[in-house]
Amino acid sequence: MKKVLFIALLGLILKSCTNTSEEKLPILGEREPIEKTVDGKVVIDTLYQSIPAFSYFNQDSILISDKDFDNKIYVSDFFFTSCNTICPIMHRNMLNVYNKYKGDSKVKFLSHTIDIKYDLPSRLKKYATKLGLEGNQWEFVHGSRDSIFNIAAKSYLVAAYEDNTDPQGLVHQGWFILVDTKKRIRGAYDGTKEDQVKQLMLDMDILLKEEFGDAK
Amino acid sequence: MRNSLIYTVLLALGIGVSVQSCQDENSLDYKRYYVNGKRIYEKSCQSCHGADGKGLGTLYPPLTDTTYLKLNKNQLSCIIRNGQQGEIKINNITYDEIMPGNETLADIDIAQVIVYITNSFGNKQGFYDTEAVTSDLKTCK
Ligand code: HEC
Repeated sequence: MKKVLFIALLGLILKSCTNTSEEKLPILGEREPIEKTVDGKVVIDTLYQSIPAFSYFNQDSILISDKDFDNKIYVSDFFFTSCNTICPIMHRNMLNVYNKYKGDSKVKFLSHTIDIKYDLPSRLKKYATKLGLEGNQWEFVHGSRDSIFNIAAKSYLVAAYEDNTDPQGLVHQGWFILVDTKKRIRGAYDGTKEDQVKQLMLDMDILLKEEFGDAK
Repeated sequence: MRNSLIYTVLLALGIGVSVQSCQDENSLDYKRYYVNGKRIYEKSCQSCHGADGKGLGTLYPPLTDTTYLKLNKNQLSCIIRNGQQGEIKINNITYDEIMPGNETLADIDIAQVIVYITNSFGNKQGFYDTEAVTSDLKTCK
C-alpha cells in the first residue's frame, strides 16, 4: 500500500516537473504541409498561418508596419473609442497586462480601431493619453476599412463588422490575440473576462521563455 | 382606572410596534434597493465606472468622490436618465467625455442604482426613494 502511494507521489512530482519545464503554447490557425529541400534532401515541413505584412497610422500619425513587431511578441485586439459596451472592460484589463510588461522591449500591444470614420490618429492619441499611456509600446492604429476588417477576420480570426441593426453600428468580439515573434497566433483570450486575462499573462511568460530563453 | 392603564399600555405598545415596523420596512427597502441597485450597476454602469467604482484613467470618472455625489445628489437621477457631458471635476481631476443616457431605466431602477452607488465606494448617504427620483427628474435641464 505504502509503495503504491510512493510511486503515485513520485509520478506526480515527475509530471509536475516536466510540465513546468517543457510547457509550450499551441500554434493556432490553419496549417499546411510543404516540401522543403534541406542539405539536398526533400523534407516535409509545416507552414503555419501567420499575420501578413501590414501598415497603419498610429496615435502619433506615424506609419507603422509589421516590421515594428519583428522580434517581439505582441497582444492584439479590435475596438473603437466611443464603444461603451465591452471596450472599457477590455482596455481596463489590457491596461493590467500592459502594466505588467511596461518597458519590456520584447512585448508590444496593438489595438486596431474599427471606427474608420471617426477614430483618426488624433482621436486615438487623446484616448491613449486618457488611459494614462505614453510612448508607443501600446500602438493604437487606424487603417482603411478593408485592411482592418480583412486582417481581423482572416488573420487574427476575430469577428468585426459594421452592422446597421446595432445601436452603435459596429460589432466586434473582445478577443485578445497573442502573437509570437514569427507572427503566429499562440493564444486567444476573452478580454472581458478577468480569469482569461490572467491566463494570457501566464501564457505570455511561457512564450517569452520559449522565444528568448530565461534571460530577462 | 385599571382599564385606562391597560389602554395606555396597549397604545404605547401599538405606537412602539408601528414605529418599529416602519423602520424595519425602511431598512428592508434599503436592503432591497441596494441589492437590486447592485445588479443594475453591474449591467449598466460597471463597464465604464468599474466594479470598484474607480473609473478608467481620465476616460471614465470614479464614483469615489463622496463630496461630489453629496453635493449633486439631486442631479444624479438626471445624469443617469439623460447622460452627462462637458467638463466636470471629480476628485480634483478634470473629465470631459460623454456618458450615454439610460432611457430604459424606470424611476424605481434609478432609485435603486442611486442607493447602491451612494452607499458603496466609500459613500454613505443612506436611503433614496422612487418619489425623490420622480421629483428630481422634473428639474432636469
Ligand atoms: C459608456 C460609459 C459609461 C456608462 C455605461 C455609465 N457612465 Fe456614468 N459617466 C461616464 C462618463 C464619461 C462621465 C463623465 C461625463 C463628463 O465628462 O461630463 C460619467 C459621469 C457619471 C457621474 C457623475 C460624475 C461622477 O463620477 O460622480 C455619475 C454619478 C455617473 N456617471 C453614474 C453612472 C451610473 C449610475 C451609471 C449606470 C446607470 C453610469 N454612470 C453609466 C461614463 C459612463
